[in-house]
Amino acid sequence: MKFLIALINGLSAGGTYAIIALGYTMVYGIAKMLNFAHGDVIMAGGYMMFVTLTLLGHPLWAVAAAVVFCVVLGIVIERFAYRPLRGASPLAVLITAIGVSSLLQSLAQILFGSATKMPVKLQISGAFKIGSFDIAYSTLITLAVTVVVMAVLTLFVNYSKTGRAMIAVSEDRDAALLMGINTNAIITITFAIGSALAAIAGYLMLCKAPSLSTTLGAMPGIKAFTAAVIGGIGSIPGAMVGGILLGVIESLSYSVPALAPYTDAVEFAILIIVLLVKPSGILGKMRREKV
Amino acid sequence: MSETLLKVENLEVYYGVIRALKGISFEVKKGEIVSLIGANGAGKTTTLHTITGLIRPKNGSVFYKGKDITKTPAHKIVSEGLVHVPEGRRIFQSLSVYDNLLMGAYTRKDKSGIEETMQEVFRDFPRLEERKKQLAGTLSGGEQQMLAMGRALLADPELIVLDEPSMGLSPLLVSEIFEIVKSFKEAGKTVLLVEQNAKKAMSISDRVYVLETGSITMSGDASELINDPSIKKAYLGEA
Ligand SMILES: Nc1ncnc2c1ncn2[C@@H]1O[C@H](COP(=O)(O)OP(=O)(O)OP(=O)(O)O)[C@@H](O)[C@H]1O
Ligand SMILES: [Mg+2]
Repeated sequence: MKFLIALINGLSAGGTYAIIALGYTMVYGIAKMLNFAHGDVIMAGGYMMFVTLTLLGHPLWAVAAAVVFCVVLGIVIERFAYRPLRGASPLAVLITAIGVSSLLQSLAQILFGSATKMPVKLQISGAFKIGSFDIAYSTLITLAVTVVVMAVLTLFVNYSKTGRAMIAVSEDRDAALLMGINTNAIITITFAIGSALAAIAGYLMLCKAPSLSTTLGAMPGIKAFTAAVIGGIGSIPGAMVGGILLGVIESLSYSVPALAPYTDAVEFAILIIVLLVKPSGILGKMRREKV
Repeated sequence: MSETLLKVENLEVYYGVIRALKGISFEVKKGEIVSLIGANGAGKTTTLHTITGLIRPKNGSVFYKGKDITKTPAHKIVSEGLVHVPEGRRIFQSLSVYDNLLMGAYTRKDKSGIEETMQEVFRDFPRLEERKKQLAGTLSGGEQQMLAMGRALLADPELIVLDEPSMGLSPLLVSEIFEIVKSFKEAGKTVLLVEQNAKKAMSISDRVYVLETGSITMSGDASELINDPSIKKAYLGEA
């Protein structure tokens, strides 16, 4: 039973990782860049929720406002920081992304100070009881949101015209251009989707533990990036599998007293093992070098 | 005399400091098959990339149906009626054959027209219809080339530019590919063909341009150039 509870908690934590990892992996697959600032978009969404709650009071408004705000933020970042570097060296793009990340954190610090905010209205307390065990409602909500996000995204990517265009751009940008696909527009849409998912992930984190600081997105961002790499960066199902797997491993490791203090180490060890066995990640494709 | 569909004027393209095209000019008239032949690295692919906007020339212009398209973004070219089948086929491996074909019609809005073209393509390439649910990456080389050509037809183009469609195929398939190119003309399309296989290309072409290290060194009717001694020596493997 204890194992089952740990598993459910792991699936839920993994769901949040997966939702964040989807943002990394879609941007990587389609724009061919590592959006190092992705975690900070989560944080920006968190502050937007905090502000909206103060002004309007209802969590639903807060989540909606954060989604809209993050979408705009993601589009603006892509348009003004990354697009001018299209075709530049990957290193220049990565450094720019790190710059955007610290810019967002600094801005948040200037606007809101460094004290941790407690948007307690976002919290979902209470738990579902099974015998003597509890499963928090926030855990169940996270699971439900994860399932919905994955289903909608999978349907969208595989069955909508825009989704197929995204696959085409990720496979071969020039060939996509020759089909008449406006690849810049597709990249913008990708950033918009990734950022909306970041806002949702931010809410899922804050509804569990309403503690908001400028580094809200930092650790989950790194974990989710790890998950994306484990699953195979660039692969949408890979991000889902990698996220869930990482969450489950994390939760199970926590539940074993001897391993609990080393949980982060366990997770990164898994990353290294996966990369040794399959360098492209679980569901990743081997990169074909351009001829 | 028939209408000039494509006109390239003084095209000059650089890769960094390398001058890949040194000011070339040529034209393609409606209904023609025109071949651009030349050795490896002559600048054939560069020429096609510049025509369809994937690279920008330093100087010179490209006119399609009299309209200057030199600065038109690559993704807006296909809806003008000019489609480019790139070197190495470049099909979308992880999409099905059917979805690849649909990609070709990406800019078209007329659903019934798309469906009509799809049926035509399936009639011309029955193997694509048999394999329409299969992932394109699992097709053989010849099938992939047919898919690339079928995908181009889905755009309902007037001018098709083809970059080495016979590359890497067995002799039997090469002949089949050239038959298909000929059939494009019979279907009223215009073709600009880039080929290493000069002999076959010239045998189906109306006119030929010879590209050598970024310059056009010879041009004329295919039926005349095919008997030219220097062409025979350099491109047809005959003494
Ligand atoms: N992206 C690039 N960067 C630098 N130089 C390039 C690039 N692409 C092509 N070149 C150079 O430009 C010249 C023309 O290349 P291009 O690909 O147009 O030749 P090609 O005639 O198509 O050759 P092939 O028959 O081998 O396909 C070559 O010398 C090539 O090395
Ligand atoms: Mg070439």
